[in-house]
Amino acid sequence: MRVMAQMSMVMNLDKCIGCHTCSVTCKQAWTNRSGTEYIWFNNVETRPGQGYPRGYEDQEKWKGGWELGRNGRLKLRAGGRLTKLLQLFSNPRLPGIEDYYEPWTYDYDNLLRAPAQQETIPTAPPTSLLTGERTEITWSGNWDDDLGGTYAAKDLDPMLKGIEEKVTMEFDQTFMFYLPRICEHCLNPTCVASCPSGAIYKREEDGIVLVDQDGCRGWRMCVTGCPYKKIYFNHRTGKAEKCTFCYPRIEQGEPTVCAETCVGRLRYIGLVLYDADRVTEAASTPDEKDLYRAQRDLLLDPNDPEVIAGARAAGIPHDWLLAAQRSPTYRLIKDYEVALPLHPEYRTMPMVWYIPPLSPVVDVVRDTGYDAEDAESLFAAIDALRIPVEYLANLFSAGDVPTVERVLYRMAAMRSYMRDINLGREPKEGIANAVGMSGQEMEEMYRLLAIAKYEDRYVIPVGHHESAHDLESTGTDCPLNAPGGPGMSMSPPEEPMGMSGPGYATQRRETVPRPEAGRVNLLNWDGTGRPEGLFPSPATGSA
Amino acid sequence: MTDVSTLDLLLWVVLPYMVLAVFVLGHVWRFRADRFGWTTRSSQIYESRLLSIGSPLFHFGIIGIFFGHVVGLGIPKSWTEFLGVSDHLYHLMAITIGLAAAVACVGGLLILLYRRRTNTRVFGATTAGDKLMYLMLSLTILFGLLATIVHSALGTYDYREGVSIWFREFWTLRPDPELMGQAPIFFQLHILSALLLFGIWPFTRLVHVFAAPLGYLTRPYIVYRSKDPRKEAERRGWEKVKY
Repeated sequence: MRVMAQMSMVMNLDKCIGCHTCSVTCKQAWTNRSGTEYIWFNNVETRPGQGYPRGYEDQEKWKGGWELGRNGRLKLRAGGRLTKLLQLFSNPRLPGIEDYYEPWTYDYDNLLRAPAQQETIPTAPPTSLLTGERTEITWSGNWDDDLGGTYAAKDLDPMLKGIEEKVTMEFDQTFMFYLPRICEHCLNPTCVASCPSGAIYKREEDGIVLVDQDGCRGWRMCVTGCPYKKIYFNHRTGKAEKCTFCYPRIEQGEPTVCAETCVGRLRYIGLVLYDADRVTEAASTPDEKDLYRAQRDLLLDPNDPEVIAGARAAGIPHDWLLAAQRSPTYRLIKDYEVALPLHPEYRTMPMVWYIPPLSPVVDVVRDTGYDAEDAESLFAAIDALRIPVEYLANLFSAGDVPTVERVLYRMAAMRSYMRDINLGREPKEGIANAVGMSGQEMEEMYRLLAIAKYEDRYVIPVGHHESAHDLESTGTDCPLNAPGGPGMSMSPPEEPMGMSGPGYATQRRETVPRPEAGRVNLLNWDGTGRPEGLFPSPATGSA
Repeated sequence: MTDVSTLDLLLWVVLPYMVLAVFVLGHVWRFRADRFGWTTRSSQIYESRLLSIGSPLFHFGIIGIFFGHVVGLGIPKSWTEFLGVSDHLYHLMAITIGLAAAVACVGGLLILLYRRRTNTRVFGATTAGDKLMYLMLSLTILFGLLATIVHSALGTYDYREGVSIWFREFWTLRPDPELMGQAPIFFQLHILSALLLFGIWPFTRLVHVFAAPLGYLTRPYIVYRSKDPRKEAERRGWEKVKY
């Protein structure tokens, strides 16, 4: 067992109102530069819909992620090492700018240049940011927001494959929900595996996947490799860029910008521990429908003494272990089993999890005049409403309907159970038991999902810098603190000393001669003459 | 050696060594100062259709031509004669393989130049440095082509008894400028334009040649790195200081 720590996120889709605040704040923080106009580290998609870039989930076309070879071993769907090197000069699976959208600005100068008293009202026509010429806006990051334009293009949603006939009739009445997406910071990332330069890496400490901008040479294989298309090509710098999980904030114990600014408070961030030795094995699970379970089983119980010992051996700091024990994401994924990974069938072991929305079901129950808080009607509706449930299964469990159903049952049961409590009635333990939980667990889950405070939603241990800081000769320390610095003896120390280690301070006092030992109390000074001990006694022979 | 003209000396001795110095030091400087700019600056995201034909043609063609130069300039005539390769056979091979590579390279380059000029997105992302580089690269290839056709294929000049010897002497630090001074005009122009191309090389996008990711063939798929520089140092490099 090789224990590693991973920052993970859970999003509760029932709460997402599709306001795009996360996208906008993320963009302001990270991608408001030229070359990144079309780059949305965080985007919110309306589902059913094509997503961003258009139809990115169609892996027959884009060849993202891993697949199992004939020998049962994982291989990159877009081709192995040699194929990649032969395709350096032209990547056959690279999305073009038209699969995203052509970034534009408006010619505001046209408004200012318009002569006074012009007969027609001047406009600010759109101009392309790529060519500088006038352009027609035909698509954008969320063009099909709220099912806008989805009728014209609804068959283009790759996740509707196989159920499109059933959807046609009931499309507008049945369901719609929002899917906010960031980089998945996968345990088995294909972007990392696809990078010929080795510039993309997973951070050992927290599992955040980053692009070394000095190492990236712009071969663009990562864009193809990522099945979520969450690596973007900065067309000005010629480098790959991706969601950083706001690592500078995370290192300070603060949540990501998207989570911090989320209006619906639907995001949870926490640490999970996993067994790095078993990742490849789990990702190689033969049946796609078992991948969710395999991925969940990779996560280790942070209260298990064996895991704690393993974490210690792996050098995971104690406060990180405590944070893993308090992790809200671990509870949602492992204890309550309500969070599911997005597209486990890509075999990348994504670490941004989603609680599938119950609201499409609730809406239908309410609209048909039934009691939308009643467990029985909700359970029946989940069984009856095949289309949304199958669709959700295509997204979150490789098409395995029972997995999604189990989650929806739990969410429905929680609604029902909590209503009795809110109305002052006797809670029905049977409702909780029907979905394999106790009433107390149900209430705890409710607290976490509905009213958890900031500190409960984001349990982020501060990153450890001190070990790096201690490193001798890195030049990061204040020279005043080092032997030989100003105010210290000018003679070099006898042996190089790290700043760490017990008794260092006392040792330094002993080995390095100080000008004056002892403290001077100026309160006892009468104001005349030289206070005793304030200045060093003049050395013999000096001027 | 005493009656070598000053011009020959400048062009075929002084200039090449200056270019070599600029080439090597320029790359060192660029790598230290501007690793961020060390990229292909691919324009595939703007336009893929023409690129998917032109770019592989050009690149595989020019890689073939590079190896052709290695053989033609690097291997002395006596070696191939020792192996029993006749002049006729050698030239036959050089012309056929070289022709295939040249057609691919020139064809690819023409497609890429056409694409770069006509596609407004791609042209918009073309810097002044790019344009200079394209000019020098095209001139070098053009003169190389003319030299081969006019002087080698149709003419009687054997570069293996002239230019090649000068080239090898260049690396052993005693080049004879007369060998180049007597070479036909297109060989001279080819080498001069190539020297200028090498001179601007480190400061253009051509540095991407020295980013060829051959290490990808042997490294593990998933790369981990630590925030802690000490842990990074453990992987490779100098022995750790024991406190």
